[in-house]
Amino acid sequence: MQQVLMKVENVSKSYQMGEVSVNALQNADFELYEGEFVVILGPSGSGKSTLLNIMGGMDLPTEGRILVKDEEITGYNDRKLTAYRREKVGFVFQFYNLMANLTARENVELATEICKGALNIDDVMAEVGLGDRKDYFPSQMSGGEQQRVAIARAVAKNPLLLLCDEPTGALDFQTGILILELLHKINKTFNKTVVIITHNMAIGDMGDRVIKMRSGKIVEIKVNQNPIPPERIEW
Amino acid sequence: MGFLQAYKMAVKSIRSNKVRSFLTMLGVIIGVGSVIAAVGFAQGSTKSITDTIQGMGTNLIQISITGRNSNRNVTYEDLAAFAAENSEEITAVAPQVNAAMTVKHGTKNTETSINGTSPEYETIRNVHVQAGRFLLQLDVDYMQKVAVLGTAVVNELFEDADPIGQSVKINGQVFKVVGILEEKENGQTDSQDDQVIIPVTVAQRLGRATVIRNFAVQAATPEAVDSVMSKLNSFLEKIYKDTSTFRVFNQAQMLSTLNNVTGTMTVVLAGIAAISLIVGGIGIMNIMLVSVTERTREIGIRKAIGAKKRNIMVQFLIEAVIVTGIGGLLGVAVGVSVIRFVIGIMDIVPEVYSIPWILLSFGISLIIGVLFGLFPAYKAASMNPIEALRAE
Ligand SMILES: Nc1ncnc2c1ncn2[C@@H]1O[C@H](COP(=O)(O)OP(=O)(O)OP(=O)(O)O)[C@@H](O)[C@H]1O
Ligand SMILES: [Mg+2]
Repeated sequence: MQQVLMKVENVSKSYQMGEVSVNALQNADFELYEGEFVVILGPSGSGKSTLLNIMGGMDLPTEGRILVKDEEITGYNDRKLTAYRREKVGFVFQFYNLMANLTARENVELATEICKGALNIDDVMAEVGLGDRKDYFPSQMSGGEQQRVAIARAVAKNPLLLLCDEPTGALDFQTGILILELLHKINKTFNKTVVIITHNMAIGDMGDRVIKMRSGKIVEIKVNQNPIPPERIEW
Repeated sequence: MGFLQAYKMAVKSIRSNKVRSFLTMLGVIIGVGSVIAAVGFAQGSTKSITDTIQGMGTNLIQISITGRNSNRNVTYEDLAAFAAENSEEITAVAPQVNAAMTVKHGTKNTETSINGTSPEYETIRNVHVQAGRFLLQLDVDYMQKVAVLGTAVVNELFEDADPIGQSVKINGQVFKVVGILEEKENGQTDSQDDQVIIPVTVAQRLGRATVIRNFAVQAATPEAVDSVMSKLNSFLEKIYKDTSTFRVFNQAQMLSTLNNVTGTMTVVLAGIAAISLIVGGIGIMNIMLVSVTERTREIGIRKAIGAKKRNIMVQFLIEAVIVTGIGGLLGVAVGVSVIRFVIGIMDIVPEVYSIPWILLSFGISLIIGVLFGLFPAYKAASMNPIEALRAE
């Protein structure tokens, strides 16, 4: 039996827009296991980002709770939530979100220097294939390279959990596959739990489990008995 | 994150946004620079007036005849006699006939103030010759056309030649230069150095002034000034019957009048200074607000990776201190240069640098820069990271 890393208990999020309230997420309820690779799949506006942000301590749900290793993070105050993001979560965004005035290495440093159990930056950068790009600025790198920097920044903190919101969304097919391979490698070699969001069905095949969403609800959680490695994905 | 890291981030951010940093600095430079220059000008003017009055000599009492009297006017002889009667309290009396006239030497000429007086003037007004001699009683009695020149006049008319023994023309009449006054205000034009002293009798004829309207009286001690003034008042009242036709006043009164004037001037200039500081401050505020708003996304990224509010604030604080600090120093340099090169070279007033005002304007702009750098940064750092990241 796998170890439970995170319990998402009946989590809902609604936004009040004047008179109407938008239910971005309704009654999400599942568990996340250590070391698994989970793909969240769903059309645009289905609540994927909302869910991931709440899991990553970037936002609070309107209802329900989330427990990380039996500790409830949904009751945290701002300071403890920041600490949770700092020590436990690595975030990767669709549009990289790098600091334009810092080099690749400095962008990674920005994360490692504030948290405790950080990994060696140079090791991590070599791991993501950026050994020779350390002193490049974001504007001097391709999209794929920038996303590698973002992944290095997330991984170098040595987090419990890697959360990626459409990490390949801004990249072409080839580059996207390379990024997925990298995330897959990190998942396997470091035994890190990885959650990625996509609306590309094909990517679902590489996950240990696929959480399918529609209109703010989880409609299906599918277990892949034989996940296929990313290099064999086609779309 | 350590302080050094925050410092490095701050410097990088300043460097990579040169225009923004420069504009912020510009606000500070203008604010600080204009305050220093304005205050420098005000204090320079005050100093120039104070210097003039204090250069007049001590224990000085001025008599000024303002109205006309049908019977007769007070003469120099009247006052000399009065002084002799009160010799233990009055040391000297000098008549004064002043007029602005053109003095010529060769092809050069200059407009200066002609001061017709007697030898007593030397001790009363504390003006001495550095070369040659002062007026003699003989010059006055025999209406000798002799002149003692101030250094400003010498500078205008004589290049390297020794003026003593040479002649100058005042209103077309030839005068012999017999002495040169000691310099009091660097030989500036329109200062005490810009005058020509001639015998009072000659000046009267030159200016067709039958009545002498001004006298300078020197009291023996500062304590005697009040008593001498009241005696002069009653003496003159006997002659004129009407106290509104003459005025007896002394340096203390002039200084207190002056203090009123300079007090007003200081208030006015402090107002101008405050306005320029406020304008500069609003400039700093604006740029700081814009630049931090512009960087909300940057703050969002750092919040997302778990940076503490404090870490973010420290960086913005350092940035604001560096930018406004450098701006402030440049502002001080600008203000001082304005005093040194504009006010100094135009030579209207002496150069005065006020350290308290320099520190004050520097300090205030620094405070404004830091407050308005920190406040928006605090707002951004308090935002939910998702919202901050969504900012574009
Ligand atoms: N701050 C907000 N205020 C109001 N409504 C919001 C807000 N954030 C999200 N929503 C709404 O919540 C719903 C879910 O949004 P979410 O961003 O989670 O979708 P998504 O599945 O990530 O979509 P996409 O694939 O386009 O990124 C959407 O209908 C969206 O309009
Ligand atoms: Mg999304």
